[in-house]
Amino acid sequence: MREISYSEAIREAMSEEMRRDTAVFLVGEDVAVFGGVWGVSDGMLAEFGDERVRDTPISEAAIIGAGLGAALVGMRPIVEIMFGDFLMCGGDQIVNQAAKARFMSGGKANVPLTLRVTSGAPGSAAAQHSQSPESWFMNVPGIKIAAPSTPADAKGLLKTAVRGADPVLFFEHKMLYGETGPVPEDADFTVPFGQANVVRQGRDVTVIAVSIMVPKALAAADLLAAEGISVEVIDPRTLVPLDKETLIHSVAKTSRVIIAHEAHRRSGPGAEIAAMLAEEAVEYLDGPIIRVGAKNVPLPYSPVLENFVLPGVDDIVAAARLLASK
Amino acid sequence: MDITHYSHDLLAHLFQRMTLVREFELRAIEERRRGLIPGFIHSCVGQEATAVAACAALAQQDVITSTHRGHGHLLGKGGDPKFMMAELAGRSSGYCLGRGGSLHIADFDLGILGANGIVGGGFPIATGAALAFQMRREQRVALAFFGDGAINEGTFHESANLAGLWKLPVIFFCENNLYGEGTPQHKQAPIADLARRADSYGFPGVSVDGNDPIAVYEATQAARRRALAGDGPTLIEAKTYRFRGHYEGDPQVYREPGEMAAWRQRDPVPAFRARLLESGLFDEAQLVEMETAVQTELDVAVAFAAAAPLPVVDEALQGIYAETHEGLVF
Repeated sequence: MREISYSEAIREAMSEEMRRDTAVFLVGEDVAVFGGVWGVSDGMLAEFGDERVRDTPISEAAIIGAGLGAALVGMRPIVEIMFGDFLMCGGDQIVNQAAKARFMSGGKANVPLTLRVTSGAPGSAAAQHSQSPESWFMNVPGIKIAAPSTPADAKGLLKTAVRGADPVLFFEHKMLYGETGPVPEDADFTVPFGQANVVRQGRDVTVIAVSIMVPKALAAADLLAAEGISVEVIDPRTLVPLDKETLIHSVAKTSRVIIAHEAHRRSGPGAEIAAMLAEEAVEYLDGPIIRVGAKNVPLPYSPVLENFVLPGVDDIVAAARLLASK
Repeated sequence: MDITHYSHDLLAHLFQRMTLVREFELRAIEERRRGLIPGFIHSCVGQEATAVAACAALAQQDVITSTHRGHGHLLGKGGDPKFMMAELAGRSSGYCLGRGGSLHIADFDLGILGANGIVGGGFPIATGAALAFQMRREQRVALAFFGDGAINEGTFHESANLAGLWKLPVIFFCENNLYGEGTPQHKQAPIADLARRADSYGFPGVSVDGNDPIAVYEATQAARRRALAGDGPTLIEAKTYRFRGHYEGDPQVYREPGEMAAWRQRDPVPAFRARLLESGLFDEAQLVEMETAVQTELDVAVAFAAAAPLPVVDEALQGIYAETHEGLVF
């Protein structure tokens, strides 16, 4: 299978869906002429024109809310928010409007709105451009949350989001854009939400890894294999809906679990996953559930500080050794 | 102003719907007192002309976003008082199956994209609907109702700027009732005529007498024509007054002495009634007949709501997403 980058896979998904359905359009700050500040929509203006690949003023509430309004009358907008940190500028339109529109209207509102958002620390971007805000929104019923870790999942999950009828926060990790991998060329290739991927099979420890922590967990698994610790790596792919069954099945096999994400440890996605496992899988566990995540401080600027705060391969290795020793 | 050149149907519609809105609100207040309605009521008594006449200037395919004080907008756009009253009563037969209540009534078939519990929440939504109409080359407009309080929200600025920039077919319709919740307009904004704000966004702003349904109708029609011609948005500021509190139970300590009495002299419903009689187009018997029909319709609505089934608790777990998935709601 041909290999393309995570960024190219997202562009391919958007372009295919825009060719397939005239209701799909891309809107956001610098998505057209600039090609997106991360270059994801590069070249799309030339193919689709400035009505369907649409630059906006810097107005996150209006952009997100306009996406919602267009979705309510039958369009399928893809809204790009260049930094997840900026979601708070449009927070009401996500949390109080888009997430609740269907429920408040007695199930009548269709909200096919995809919010493509970057997450994660790209290196010395400091506290307002580095966050991983997935779990801020996990507490809001009505939104779906995807966090792909591979080019193929990025393409397949994005197409599922665009074709769906619910608001989706689609988190793209900035440091994954350049990563390459095999991606199907089939224009109808999709990846369903709520289906975790067992990325690597193992016997001793399960690592449930979100987004960029998947490649880090795989690197940790290689190191641990050399020590005789067999690690199973699971990528939930979507946090809402969460594929509980696959996670529990793995924990039943290994009896030890680490949850790794780049978001802060406190109330990050791991808090919810850990609570779920404690409620539904505690009988399988031979040790504590360990969360690996960013320390509970704002992301610092200086690389020496940033590296200290962010979770890395060594944190997963240390956690796995600790669990395996029990 | 002479109203004899307006069609009999239009004038009758305005009177019938304004009467319906006034009486609906009074019934809802009464039914809340009697216990049928459990939640907040933000009544629009006094603002019937803005809601009804603005909607009368729209076409069926046009859409609105509404506010806290939305019952008039919904009835103006064709909402059925039966389903509204049932929603207020939290019943399964209500517009939103009892999940939304007064602040969240929506009917997409009627072009009602939703009332809104968030002040200023509707601006971006109406702007986005207008964007869809423009992109699809449809002859439709979106009208965002809002109050003088909401115009100070950031979403107004962002949405007006975007709509002005892209010349979207949207009408920003401000019902300036002089109070944002309990604080008077002059303590919330440094200008008296909020329509002036439109200047910043490159489209016209007009201030009209919001208690005169004909003035409201004309201004909205002109804004709609402009929007459909591709010339972009209009800000309409309709100056009006609410005769009741921000919500039912509000002690209203903030009113200026004598203010209410002065505005009562300009109560839009009796004023329009008198005008119809003066014009010679309607006689007393015709108006009484319409008023009686409204009372009958509301008797039916209240009885419908009272007899409607309460939701079963499992309904709280439905209609959150388009499909059900075990991992979505647990």
